[in-house]
Amino acid sequence: MNAILILIALVTLGTAVAAMAGRDLLRSVLLLAGSWTGVAAFFLWAGAEFAAFAQVLVYVGAISMVVLFAVLLTRRAREEPARSPASRARACSGVLAGGAVAAVLLAAVARAPLAAAPGPAPAVTVSQLGGELMGPQAAALLVAGVLLTVALVGAVVLAAGDRPAKTEDAP
Amino acid sequence: MRPATTYDPLLERAPVVLRDWLTGGLPGPARWLADSLITIAALLAVFGLLFAFLTLAERKILGRIQNRPGPNRTGWGGLLQPFADGIKMLTKEDIVPRAADPVLHFLAPVALIAFSILTFAVIPYGRDLVPVELDSSLLYFFAAGAATELAVFMAGWSSHNKFALLAAMRALAQLISYELPLLLSVVPVVLATGTLSATGVVAAQAGWKWDCLPRWVVFTPWGAAGFVIFMISALAESNRSPFDLPEAESELVAGHLTEYSGFKYALFFMAEYFGMCALSGMAVTLFLGGWRAPLPALEFIPSYAWFALKLLALLLGFIWIRATLPRLRIDQLTRLAWKFLLPLALVNLGTAAFWSLSAAWAGPFQLVRWAAALGLVVGPFLLLSRGLASGLAPRTYRYA
Amino acid sequence: MIGTGLLKGLAVTARNFLGSFHDPRRFVTTQYPEERTVLPEAYRNFPFLVSESADDPMGTLRCVACQICEKECPPQCILIEKSADKKPDANGKMQIYPAVFAIDTSVCMSCQICVEVCPFDAIKMDQVFELATTNRFGGLLLDREALAKPDSYFHRIHPTEAAEVEARLAAGRKAAQDKARAAAAPKAAPAASAPSVQPPAAPVAEAPPPPGTAA
Repeated sequence: MNAILILIALVTLGTAVAAMAGRDLLRSVLLLAGSWTGVAAFFLWAGAEFAAFAQVLVYVGAISMVVLFAVLLTRRAREEPARSPASRARACSGVLAGGAVAAVLLAAVARAPLAAAPGPAPAVTVSQLGGELMGPQAAALLVAGVLLTVALVGAVVLAAGDRPAKTEDAP
Repeated sequence: MRPATTYDPLLERAPVVLRDWLTGGLPGPARWLADSLITIAALLAVFGLLFAFLTLAERKILGRIQNRPGPNRTGWGGLLQPFADGIKMLTKEDIVPRAADPVLHFLAPVALIAFSILTFAVIPYGRDLVPVELDSSLLYFFAAGAATELAVFMAGWSSHNKFALLAAMRALAQLISYELPLLLSVVPVVLATGTLSATGVVAAQAGWKWDCLPRWVVFTPWGAAGFVIFMISALAESNRSPFDLPEAESELVAGHLTEYSGFKYALFFMAEYFGMCALSGMAVTLFLGGWRAPLPALEFIPSYAWFALKLLALLLGFIWIRATLPRLRIDQLTRLAWKFLLPLALVNLGTAAFWSLSAAWAGPFQLVRWAAALGLVVGPFLLLSRGLASGLAPRTYRYA
Repeated sequence: MIGTGLLKGLAVTARNFLGSFHDPRRFVTTQYPEERTVLPEAYRNFPFLVSESADDPMGTLRCVACQICEKECPPQCILIEKSADKKPDANGKMQIYPAVFAIDTSVCMSCQICVEVCPFDAIKMDQVFELATTNRFGGLLLDREALAKPDSYFHRIHPTEAAEVEARLAAGRKAAQDKARAAAAPKAAPAASAPSVQPPAAPVAEAPPPPGTAA
């Protein structure tokens, strides 16, 4: 079982690293979609079927589209991929930020009471999951819904607001 | 009281018995592997042949509708035509544009066909014939279907061709727009049957009302409306006429398939037909009672035969619609999805909820229940259609 | 109501589909080459040379190698070489004949000008269109042997035109016979009457002469 976990982890982290290190923006998006599929595979391995399929449906099926549309529809011209760090100050601040995030994550993982070996997957049926979402966790669901609505409205406003500026730039 | 089962167990279990006979001698894990491989091979063989003869049936039926015979020269009235087409596709040169992204260009049809075939795994083809039994198989089905959309974008982007990219964006817009009515028309079924598993949905459609009307979802008001919305969305999700703007020859060359030739082109079409078959199979499962027979007297026909009959009926319906309806423009089809199908699907959800809550009404109140449900289905349809079509037809032509 | 138009359309296509199995109006394909379309009589493709009899096609060609069609042909696809000797024609008169008569059907544009200008009704339009050949450099060049077809064939493919040509030629022959007899008869009779030489009758307008007139 450990071998599978290591494989899933390699795929997930590998595609994420390739996505972040890549120059071509769209190839990065597609590699990121691969990373999300890796996360779904992890859920499947852990026995959470519903979470795995929901992850694929939402992330690979919808969020990747959103990112693609955002990237493609807001590009003015085919920009050159960014060169390696523009200045030394930028590089230093990048290392600091990355280091800080890594430290926080490592501390969280080290302090969490994780079991040594994988235990049996909890037998949660979908109907139990539905009951949880509609009952005790309903507040989280509603907040997520509000957040998505706000994001949608903001996207619409941004897209609509761009147009007058564009016509000014046009010759 | 009717006898419990009137089907012939031997005929029903024949495929499973055959598989067990083939793998009976193998030890535990090897047997599981062999069973899975046989299932996969059987699925690929059946749906591959179905794809081949579906292309032929489409050409012949389209021809007959258009007052001509369709292909009838390649062997016995045209039966070898799909194989001739296959040989042609295999022997064509595989051209990859120099500026294209070779990895993505290769991966796009592979990813598309992989996810399309993945969707076949959860459809119950017969009483004992489900390849994979999952608790949330409907979610799996639509997740795999959603992943195919990414492959369409990969195809358009990797070709490094403005027209292909534009068409890929249009195809993506179409696919996303119709994803919503598709899923929303399935939610009432899940609501009514209380399960996300396809076998559970088929199990919930057992029995007959008054011994002659099967308890299929499509024989309820909200089920019929949901079925219609699902079929329209399935037409759009598989890029099928009248929603075939992304790949039509008169639109942007061949859309996102412009830079593909030879076997990769064949793979794209195979993926489209597989998507059509999978969505029809899911429609049969969710709305038409799956592998169940419509009348108790007809139960002697094996369950997989009933499934095949219903599947073929839906596929022939797809072909009929292709022969009849003109293509929709991109703005027309997105308007149809967002302004017409989506509100109707939401109202349908409400109607299904009302239907579930009023299931216990007794006697004459059943008529009230039916009348109210029908009103909730037909009313918004009429209002919405009148409202949306108000300024459009009939056209007044003004001549100079 | 929205959707009724779609359903009517589906009914129309269903009717077409079911009708194509039994109604000839809903299945208009001619399954070539098992079935052939009946071509109209005036259909023309490339020219052919008319011979009087089927037994001796080369010997009874109406063509006298006057080369008018060769000169009038717009793409100049006809090649004629006159013979050195003379042979008797249908009327017994000694005429030269074409030693070489070739039409390049890859050039011919089926304009029918050669037919219109021929004074001897020797070249007419054929209806054969299955002339495809694998020989690129001479397969479409039809020579005298390939072009000569009997008058009975002409009657079969263009009955109306052939009847009209037949009538005209017969009238011409009749007029020639009458003229010969009229020229022979006054020699015997006293030469008192003014020479009543009838001008030759206009071929097209005249009706066929009544049978059995004796001079």
